[in-house]
Amino acid sequence: MKQTQSQQRPKRYGMAIDLDKCTGCGSCMVACFAENNVSFREDETNKLLSITWLRVYKMTNDKPFPDTDVCYIPRPCQHCAGQHEGHSPCVSVCPATATDYSLYTGIVSQIYTRCFGCRYCMAACPYHARYFNWWDPVWPTGMERTLSPNVSPRMRGVVEKCSFCFHRYQLARDKAYTEGKRPIREAEYQTACTHACPSGAIVFGDLNDSTHQVNRIVRPDPDNHYKARNPRAFRLLERLGTDTKVYYLSDREWVRQAGDNYLADEQPGTIGPPRGGSH
Amino acid sequence: MDSALIPEGVKRCSLWKFLLALALVSAVLMWGVYAMLLCWVKGLNQTNMNDYYGFALWIWADLAVIALGGGAFFTGLLKYVFGKDELKYIINYAVLIGFICYSSAQLILGIDVGQPLRGWFIFWHANVHSMLTEVAFCLTCYFIVLTIEYIPLSLENRQIKKVPFFANLTHNMHSAMAVFAATGAFLSFFHQGSLGGVSGVLFGRPFSFREHILIWPYTFFLFTWSAAAFGPSFTLFVTWLTEKITRKKLVKDEVIHMVAKISGWMIITYIIAKSADTLYWMFNTAPSQGLQWSFFYQNNPFYGKWILFTEIFICGFLPGLLLIFKATRENPTFRVTALVLGIIGVCLNRWVLVLQTLAAPVLPFDSWVLYIPSWQEVATTILPIAYGVILIMISHRYLPIFPQERELNPIDAPPASVVSRQPAPTAVVEGQSA
Repeated sequence: MKQTQSQQRPKRYGMAIDLDKCTGCGSCMVACFAENNVSFREDETNKLLSITWLRVYKMTNDKPFPDTDVCYIPRPCQHCAGQHEGHSPCVSVCPATATDYSLYTGIVSQIYTRCFGCRYCMAACPYHARYFNWWDPVWPTGMERTLSPNVSPRMRGVVEKCSFCFHRYQLARDKAYTEGKRPIREAEYQTACTHACPSGAIVFGDLNDSTHQVNRIVRPDPDNHYKARNPRAFRLLERLGTDTKVYYLSDREWVRQAGDNYLADEQPGTIGPPRGGSH
Repeated sequence: MDSALIPEGVKRCSLWKFLLALALVSAVLMWGVYAMLLCWVKGLNQTNMNDYYGFALWIWADLAVIALGGGAFFTGLLKYVFGKDELKYIINYAVLIGFICYSSAQLILGIDVGQPLRGWFIFWHANVHSMLTEVAFCLTCYFIVLTIEYIPLSLENRQIKKVPFFANLTHNMHSAMAVFAATGAFLSFFHQGSLGGVSGVLFGRPFSFREHILIWPYTFFLFTWSAAAFGPSFTLFVTWLTEKITRKKLVKDEVIHMVAKISGWMIITYIIAKSADTLYWMFNTAPSQGLQWSFFYQNNPFYGKWILFTEIFICGFLPGLLLIFKATRENPTFRVTALVLGIIGVCLNRWVLVLQTLAAPVLPFDSWVLYIPSWQEVATTILPIAYGVILIMISHRYLPIFPQERELNPIDAPPASVVSRQPAPTAVVEGQSA
């Protein structure tokens, strides 16, 4: 099966999130929790300790009423490719190869049974997309029956993060294989957050496939580290050279500007190429 | 009671006094052990680390003790490879301090990881691109080297030495020590550097990311350099502290002055390189990522520009200058002040590169997050210090750590009962003891 996949053109699964459509309802977060057996504690008020594979941030334009504007940014793992494919901030530093970059899908995986909990990947990730299991995962009595059999729960002492619902990819791949080794169709592999978003703000698919909606929206430029050609689109911290696969869209300039750091005399779109590490 | 174990020609405090001191330090040790067991049994929820602070007090302590333990490899390099023979009077202590520092580092790492029983995965599933892998391999190898260097010292005990096998083993190991010292220096260059690389390669963290020479970021070289600079300072400081506690001169001034001078020149050259690196980061690296350097020193209650000034000027240039000028170097007050400042400086450098890196926000809509360690973290960080004190106490009492101690502290005439049994030689010894 692996050989069959490798014979196909490499995929580059990614996401486009329209921030002008996002209402900040949090459905994506809830769906992600349920889909991926994310553990929780009785008291989840300390967000520095709670596990949220997909976290919705709230930001404002810092202007007084009536010019105040609010934007919600859903932030899953950005599945960085880095300056050369696979040189993600986290993958490059993990000492035990417990997090890996798939050249077939572009997905950054986490191997829970290999992670020994050094947390170097967490220090490396500028998006805070990685979470440590500070406690043993415990579900209220009876709730274990709601757990998904397709996703292994994580034990105390290891790091976890968004996998772009990789188990859904595996199911879709198996189905496509048994049906004559055909390619996976766009609708067959969609993340839980994409399905759950009531306003259709999240679009998911293969950024390399021009038939996929995400490709048509973002129009990534493969010759320029997949930078979006859509002027509405941007990526978080693009100038660090992380080369992420999650694109955000907005008509609002202050929102696009909030996606990265700029000096006083700089504007989005005027900066040079990123300066990522090469180790 | 234990006089048969104490090296000949030196004086030690009474056994009861020694045991009382040992008990006090052991109580602190047990407090640390209790905290360590809590972390192992209940998990890292016993700490105040969180998802923003994956690295915290322990990793800082790890980096700090390894830097301070750098006196072992650098003194060994100077003595065995560059032939600075006078350093033989302090090399034992440098090795002992290095051994303590490196074993402490291993212990701290053992507590710090979430799944300690999987610690071996770092060797089995090694990612050769990770700086931490390089650290793990070199650190382990160098710890073995330090153990090999410490073994002949421990076999120097008066009673053990009587066993021919151990006496021969000690002799032969001493003969081969140059090889181990050179190996240790080689390994140290890499693991000290790799520890610097741990933060320098984080291209997602603009505060610590540095440009590279080949695959190594500038912090790689700065860490090695600073360990070679401040490590000997720490050896001298602990020697001074030991002299104060034992109320004895243990190493001759000319040896102290020599090490201080070397340390001073290493500090001054290091801090010039560090300043150049900082300026390049300020005006090139950070702006290229859309951030003014001042951004990293404002809008938070702790990390201000004072920390940069303290590290570079007060704890960098100042101790360096105090140690390179003869007048201040040979003045005990100035010298010890310089040593303390230098130790604070290198510890501050490690703190900044671990903690400030994680405290500073990177996402524009994120904010600074500060951290205060839990008592369990503090106790487990003090644990290796207590362990080190105990090892020094035992080693100093029963092993000839300081070769000049007998010469510098001649023992008074033996009591009358002893003299009556051996009357003739006593008078000769008295007259020649100095």
